[in-house]
Amino acid sequence: MAERLLVKGGLVIDPSQNIESVRDVLIEDGKIAEVRAGLSKQPGLKDAPVLDAQGLWVIPGLIDMHVHLREPGREGDETILTGTRAAARGGVTTVLAMPNTEPPVDTPSAVSFVKSKAVAEGAVRVLVAGAATVGQKGERLTEIVGMVRAGISAVTDDGRPMMNSELMRRALECCKDCGIPFIDHCEDEHLSAGACVNEGRAATAKGLRGMPWAGETVMVSRDIALSELTGAHVHIAHISAAQSVTAVRLAKKRGLNVTAEATPHHFTLCEEDAPGYDANFKMNPPLRSARDREAVLEGLADGTIDAVATDHAPHGPGKKALGLPLAPFGVIGLETSLALGITHLVGKKILSPKKLLERMSAAPARLLGLKDRGSLKKGMLADIALVHPGESWTVEARFESKSRNSPFIGMKLKGQVRATLVGGRAAFRHDHAL
Amino acid sequence: MTQRSWDRKDLLGLEDLSAAEIESILDAAVSFKSSEAPKNHSKLSNRTLAFLFSEPSTRTRSSFEVAARRLGAEVLGFSAASSSLLKGESLLDTVRNLEAMGVDYFVVRHELSGVLMPLAPKTKASLINAGDGAHEHPTQALLDLFTLREKKGTLKKLKVVIVGDVAHSRVARSNIFALLKFKAAVTVCGPTALIPHDIASLGVSVSQDLDHALKDADAVNVLRLQLERQKENLVTSLNDYYQAYGLTAERLAKNPDCMVLHPGPMNRGVEISSQAADGPQSAILEQVKNGVAVRMAVLSLIEGWRARHG
Ligand SMILES: [Zn+2]
Repeated sequence: MAERLLVKGGLVIDPSQNIESVRDVLIEDGKIAEVRAGLSKQPGLKDAPVLDAQGLWVIPGLIDMHVHLREPGREGDETILTGTRAAARGGVTTVLAMPNTEPPVDTPSAVSFVKSKAVAEGAVRVLVAGAATVGQKGERLTEIVGMVRAGISAVTDDGRPMMNSELMRRALECCKDCGIPFIDHCEDEHLSAGACVNEGRAATAKGLRGMPWAGETVMVSRDIALSELTGAHVHIAHISAAQSVTAVRLAKKRGLNVTAEATPHHFTLCEEDAPGYDANFKMNPPLRSARDREAVLEGLADGTIDAVATDHAPHGPGKKALGLPLAPFGVIGLETSLALGITHLVGKKILSPKKLLERMSAAPARLLGLKDRGSLKKGMLADIALVHPGESWTVEARFESKSRNSPFIGMKLKGQVRATLVGGRAAFRHDHAL
Repeated sequence: MTQRSWDRKDLLGLEDLSAAEIESILDAAVSFKSSEAPKNHSKLSNRTLAFLFSEPSTRTRSSFEVAARRLGAEVLGFSAASSSLLKGESLLDTVRNLEAMGVDYFVVRHELSGVLMPLAPKTKASLINAGDGAHEHPTQALLDLFTLREKKGTLKKLKVVIVGDVAHSRVARSNIFALLKFKAAVTVCGPTALIPHDIASLGVSVSQDLDHALKDADAVNVLRLQLERQKENLVTSLNDYYQAYGLTAERLAKNPDCMVLHPGPMNRGVEISSQAADGPQSAILEQVKNGVAVRMAVLSLIEGWRARHG
């Protein structure tokens, strides 16, 4: 007898099938068996266990292609267990783990370690990105082919850029041969040296060294050129500057194999929103000007920016207390990303609910070549989130994540995840729901 | 006694102070400077003041020390020169430990911008910013303002040029924040590499032509050029810099009403010529003298707050 679950009466929103209507979803053996109205009345399904989704969105589980799980090496900040629990609470069913752990994931055996740990302990599915250079030092390429065989989904030195363009070219050629994307953290380290915030009015008033927007855009432009040269898929991580968005838009018009993601903090906040010297607003790339934020919104709206990804970067409280210049870069985001999308993208009519889910689930699945998720089509993995779209809540410093470094604490958001299913099984359930 | 408006435990910077608060300090400083004023006061006689300096500064420190002693305070010799001792959490620990030993005032110099802001609410002691990174140096700007007001009679609508390394200068920021509250016209002048991006949005003008900027200025505040800026390629050569932005007697001669300020210590022949530094338009030594009165004023106003808030 097959293991069944019937998700009943929710508003199914699935951009991959252009569905936005009330349907029942039948799950069998961890996969989507059927999506249809009135399924529950079918005689054969009378006794199936039911999850009542009335008044809720039933959506494909989110795929967050930029997450730092910190394990191995920095388990005090986050572990695969806590990071994936945070993901589940945010409606995220697949994460791509960045390789800048300690030591970095730069060998096939390191890839296998993370993958097996994730299978044993992860609350959601974990994909692994492999480092592009040994030790992420930017000097020598890693065994990319071996890591692909061990199961990586992308190559990146994220956390740091690939400063050496020749090395970048060779990495891209290898990624193209292997059929996986290269994800680049675009930052000219000479232009951003010693800086901790955006170069702009706020930095000037606070006496802080700023990173100019051009530090990102010159690297985005270089990557576009190298993608054209090699034909490789370059994915621009956490795009933040207006001029970078323009560069990607032009590259896409020319048919180049370039894609991009933006984070919730870059589409929600700008540099003027950061109070005083609060290090919870310190991230890389930094919060930029209101005009840059506007460009990110435009890029999300017109599809120049393919995906939303959090760059979930946990840091324990002691590190963020070091003061703005010394504190590490990064904020957590898994537990707030969907609500920020609903509040600031859907709520402000930047994206329709369907488009939002395109950016948060279908697109990342496509970019990472995942053919079994990001959709509620028959046969797909039953990775599903149930969401109350109208529920208001205030972000509190109580997270499933081990860290609390969120700039959104105290912010009122709309849209709350009520349950997250991974392979048809509950990975998260909101306490007073369902 | 003049009407005073002061209701603060700390002096962290001038950005958040009102014009009235700044004037309260300057007015109090007038009485401390006057020739009839006694050299020995007892206002802080039960108080202990400690220095936390993560980088050396003989001038600022001595000035605070003289001011505190004249007010009767006990001054703790302790000074942590090691910046590793004064990083983030451990700076808070240091403050709390000394507070537990009875220190009421901390005068803090730190190379990182903004370190005092989160610290202040976590201690009952009063914090006085003696320079944090490239952020603020409020008492230096207050003594600049005091000197200006003394010589020009008012601060209202003065034309002030700040020349040099504005990007790395806490003195410049504090001066800009304060002068703009008095509707002064502030021009920052220097090579683009040393002028912070977007500084015009603070409300100042930007110029790369010192002679033009000085034309009808009431005062020019000359900033010290850190010689390592040349290694960072921010200035091409010290000669280049001196030619374009050095304050010389010839430049000054075209505007005899322009008063010269410098926060010290000076690099003679780099940002200022000896003739300009020591000439009739210079108020540089007067600034040093005024520094003690201004710091006495700050301490006594804060002490007034402490007395009221028990
Ligand atoms: Zn990054």
